[in-house]
Amino acid sequence: MSIDPDTLIDLDGVAFGHGRTLLFDGVDLRIKRGQVVAVIGSSGVGKTTLLRLIGGQITAKAGSVRVAGVSVGRLDRKGLYALRRRMGMLFQQGALFTDLSVFDNVAFPYRENTDLPESMIRTLVLLKLETVGLRGAASVMPSQLSGGMARRVALARAIALDPMLMMYDEPFTGLDPISLGMVGRLIRRINDAFGMTSIIVTHDLNESLLIADRVILLADRRVYADMTPAELRTATDPFVRQFVDGAFEGPVPFHQPAPPLAEDLFDRAAHRH
Amino acid sequence: MQRIVIDVLGDLGGAVIDGLGRLGRAALFFGRVLGVSHRVLRRFGQVTREMRASGVRSVLIIVVSGLFVGMVLAVQGHDVLQRFGASDSLGVLVALSLVRELGPVVTALLFAGRAGSAIAAEIGLMRATDQLSAMEMMAVDPVARIVGPRFYGAVFSMPLLAAMFSVLGVFGAWLIGVRLIGIDAGSFWSQMQATVDFRHDVLNGLLKSVVFGVAVGLIAVFEGFHAAPTAGGVSSATTRTVVISSLAVLFLDFVMTTWMFRG
Ligand SMILES: Nc1ncnc2c1ncn2[C@@H]1O[C@H](COP(=O)(O)OP(=O)(O)O)[C@@H](O)[C@H]1O
Ligand SMILES: [Mg+2]
Repeated sequence: MSIDPDTLIDLDGVAFGHGRTLLFDGVDLRIKRGQVVAVIGSSGVGKTTLLRLIGGQITAKAGSVRVAGVSVGRLDRKGLYALRRRMGMLFQQGALFTDLSVFDNVAFPYRENTDLPESMIRTLVLLKLETVGLRGAASVMPSQLSGGMARRVALARAIALDPMLMMYDEPFTGLDPISLGMVGRLIRRINDAFGMTSIIVTHDLNESLLIADRVILLADRRVYADMTPAELRTATDPFVRQFVDGAFEGPVPFHQPAPPLAEDLFDRAAHRH
Repeated sequence: MQRIVIDVLGDLGGAVIDGLGRLGRAALFFGRVLGVSHRVLRRFGQVTREMRASGVRSVLIIVVSGLFVGMVLAVQGHDVLQRFGASDSLGVLVALSLVRELGPVVTALLFAGRAGSAIAAEIGLMRATDQLSAMEMMAVDPVARIVGPRFYGAVFSMPLLAAMFSVLGVFGAWLIGVRLIGIDAGSFWSQMQATVDFRHDVLNGLLKSVVFGVAVGLIAVFEGFHAAPTAGGVSSATTRTVVISSLAVLFLDFVMTTWMFRG
């Protein structure tokens, strides 16, 4: 298999599961450098798991996960940490260190991973905070930030070392519409300004249609659909349509599989007496 | 009846297997913590920060408890000793009880309840809020950055706090024995000085508290680090820290006492 230098992420026949049942079985996914890709799918389908596979926090049971041509699962600790210095991840709730100020949170990757003098770290931190519009909040503690601000500080921290890849785990959840649009545009702008590649896990299809180059739908333990926003809007597949329209009825059932209601209500009751 | 017995035995067997599995994982985790020691100890400022944090948390309760335990020892000791006309030996009795046993053991139990539970809760909450994962994704090993300093903080704090406990205890005994009851101050101190042996008593006592520091520190960081990422997981990690630490301290004390002071 030839390695295309334009491809940053390359998942090939990936299988993974926590117990005996597989969460993924034969996931193929290629992401080109410079793209912003949105990953959507029902809760529990494995979106976060996909990011953890790419970040090397878990290892695929079969198939390969390559980032920039390097097979993540084969790396030793040192190699993995070297790769992670070139990746950034924004966690669902921001995951800021609660005992450090905003400034120290953003300074953390520099202090831990570089030998830069404190004066230069100060400059870099203030520049990153400026990028997310929060230079004025440098001395604030994370507990005093609103959800949207915390997300932006976490973003500044994640891009501190100018990663080639940014991964966002539900960056829009719990944000008001204004903060949501702000974070969305910020993600796109940072991606293009710093020449990064971005993967956004999200439930917010509207926002991802606005900022993403491609939308990937995870279902059925694999990549169910891989489309541009334009293709997605006009898709005819009923499953995809249900996602786009947010329909109640469709291939994704509202009910978990269960015996008939009458049986549950009356027969069980009868058994007990 | 038979079924109940079988059920109980089954539960018991399950608990034993569960416990052994945990013990194995704790041992592996201990290896991981020791493996990053050089990195932790090289940045000693972080260890002293944790020592200050757990020291400040525990110091008041240690001071007050030491004082009261010493005063009670003096009252009880004097009551027994005077029947044999040995009131002058009160200082020795109190000092030996404190330095060999009560200082290290009670300090460790109090430390587990005050600082150990706080360490477990702090790390567990960092787990639950993805702070540990975030650190890993920033290419920083949370075992070296978060766990290590807290573990060594406990190991180094414990002997200092135990020493403080013993000193306050002796002071409490002096208050009651010499100032209140009226034992001769000269014999109170001189007998203590003549009988308490530095190596046999003081060093062994310190060794105990270092071992307790390792045990309580390890249990606290282990429980916190492996807490289920939920509110219930964090709360059960803190409870387990206190319960398991206390049992471990009492068991280790028994083992070390038999080894150090028998015969
Ligand atoms: N550490 C774990 N151990 C066992 N099961 C897990 C673990 N982490 C996640 N899971 C399960 O894997 C499935 C996928 O999780 P996740 O990737 O977080 O889904 P989502 O698409 O909502 O992000 C879920 O059913 C979840 O319960
Ligand atoms: Mg998720």
